Amino acid sequence: MRNANPWKAAVAAGVLALVAACGSGGGTHDGGVAEQRSVGKGEGRVDIIAWAGYAEDGSNDPKADWVHPFEKQTGCKVNTKTAGTSDEMVSLMKTGQYDTVSASGDATLRLIAAGDVAPVNTRLVPNYRDIFSGLKMRPFNSKDGKMYGIPHGRGANLLMYRTDKVSPAPDSWKAVFDGAAKYAGKVTAYDSPIYIADAALYLMKTRPALGIKDPYALDRTQLNASVALLKKQRQQIGEYWSEYQKEVTAFKGGDSVLGTTWQVIANTAAAEKAPVKAVLPKEGATGWSDTWMVSAKAAHPNCAYKWLNWIVSPKVNAQVAEYFGEAPANRKACKETADPRHCDVYHADDESYYRRVHFWTTPVPQCLDGRKNVKCTDYAEWTRAWTEIKG
Amino acid sequence: MSATNHEPRTRGRLAALLAPPLLWLVLAYLGSLAVLLLSAFWTTDPFTSDVVHTWTTDNFRDILTTPVYRTVALRTLGIAVAVTLLDALLALPMAFFMARVAAGRLRRALLVAVLTPLWAGYLVKAYAWRVMLGEHGIVNAALAPLGLHGPGYGTAAVVLVLAYLWLPYMILPVQAALERLPAHQLEASADLGAGTVRTLRSVVAPAVRPALLAGSVFTFSLSLGDYLTVQIVGGRTQLLGNVIGSQVTLDLPLAAALSAVPVALVVCYLAAVRRAGALDSL
Repeated sequence: MRNANPWKAAVAAGVLALVAACGSGGGTHDGGVAEQRSVGKGEGRVDIIAWAGYAEDGSNDPKADWVHPFEKQTGCKVNTKTAGTSDEMVSLMKTGQYDTVSASGDATLRLIAAGDVAPVNTRLVPNYRDIFSGLKMRPFNSKDGKMYGIPHGRGANLLMYRTDKVSPAPDSWKAVFDGAAKYAGKVTAYDSPIYIADAALYLMKTRPALGIKDPYALDRTQLNASVALLKKQRQQIGEYWSEYQKEVTAFKGGDSVLGTTWQVIANTAAAEKAPVKAVLPKEGATGWSDTWMVSAKAAHPNCAYKWLNWIVSPKVNAQVAEYFGEAPANRKACKETADPRHCDVYHADDESYYRRVHFWTTPVPQCLDGRKNVKCTDYAEWTRAWTEIKG
Repeated sequence: MSATNHEPRTRGRLAALLAPPLLWLVLAYLGSLAVLLLSAFWTTDPFTSDVVHTWTTDNFRDILTTPVYRTVALRTLGIAVAVTLLDALLALPMAFFMARVAAGRLRRALLVAVLTPLWAGYLVKAYAWRVMLGEHGIVNAALAPLGLHGPGYGTAAVVLVLAYLWLPYMILPVQAALERLPAHQLEASADLGAGTVRTLRSVVAPAVRPALLAGSVFTFSLSLGDYLTVQIVGGRTQLLGNVIGSQVTLDLPLAAALSAVPVALVVCYLAAVRRAGALDSL
């Protein structure tokens, strides 16, 4: 038994060398990580990082189970790690112990830049064909013309209000910024540095002199203006929310009457008899679009590709989208939802709706709006700014 | 006396018995603290958030020069002090009643009542308070007839909920100290003509002080490190724990440097308590 270990180590080292050799061969882009050429037999296991609700195995709700059927069909045993925030996902992916991750746009570029994820060969994911074209080759899920993942679903950060407390009905983000004093102490906002983009979006429409073209590409002056607006807003904030149940109870109890939300929160609150309504304001909105990415160091790449294809297959994509409360990525999923109106409610195939949505993107020093003469503020600066805003 | 007379064999056994837990303490606990402190002197790659191992004191300079960190640190300290004072005020009469007035079944019932909340989950209790403190919660409903309004979500709610959560840690040592107080000392005090106030000041207070300080170590340090209660009932406020939490995956060295602040505060507090002599009786 004792002298088995050196053998094991030697074999492992050999495999590693082989993987490294394969990994560096044929990589043409700067990351140096090559995409996969074919999907072979499954490795019997796949390690996943997912948002809560994305990889359900029936343990939370017996009706929500798309993990066991996958295991049965592919022989890949699913090992899920649920992450609470984008930052957590990034740090988990850095360990190299996971094969795939359901990353939002505020994590994807960081993962690509660090070389933690590999480009995805979309030809190996047959269901990619049916993904809405509005989700393909976007700045937050591709780089240099290569897809770095398979789109999963999307949603907008809407403006929700209590119909009995807020009148007239708001149609602009002005209600939570310049007009927030009217509902002082009852306004809510999303508790994350990425919320700075919501202020930037509002300034983009109301103060054109600032020259904001993309709410995720802010130079120092533009960031300062957004921070100033959010500091002013803080005076009227009752509480910030990051956990969706917290916002449901706040609107139900009347502690919050106005603020940013997700469709799923509006639906849940309305189902629990809270008089709420959610709108996409005239300025448009920020939003999120999640992408299943594959680790550059995936130990089970074949199973990871099988999972990618499974999770965006029409039936499963419909199940996830309905369970989580988002627009599915696969156009054929709209025919599979239990509620036939699901895709209408979430505007799944309404590209004109999503043209008004600026999906979360990681702010980086190279301005995403193409400006070359100025350096933009990065996510670390946004995080420090957010701490300062909350005071 | 007997401690110095151990046979070498007994001593060897004792060492063998104590070595694993001591090793565990040094490696796992002090070791991780040392790593934490060490990483505070590193820096990160701004985009990929990978830790870069170059020696710098920038993180500490940032913490000392950025006003918001000072504000948050002072707020956290203030809340910890307020929670400790509130718990002391609540625990003293409660513990006195349990130890010296109530007897038999009532005393046992009170002890169970103090201990039971410790069995319920932290989050359950915090969320229960969130419901009670809400706009249409029971607190506002109870205060409405008096024309008053509850504190709502915010700093006051955080103090209230933390004081509730840590109260048993204050009551139990104080109650134990009061129970140990010999009845004849109180009688002697009365015999010598001391009134209630004088007895409380000269007999009861010296006996209770170490227990009170020991309890305050719990309430103070637990409040200093809390970051969940403030998310649930804190409204728009943030504490040191939240700031550390927001940095930990993004800028580990800065988070480590920030963590040094509550560590330093707790060490200072422990030193002060030790000087006051409260740790001698432990």
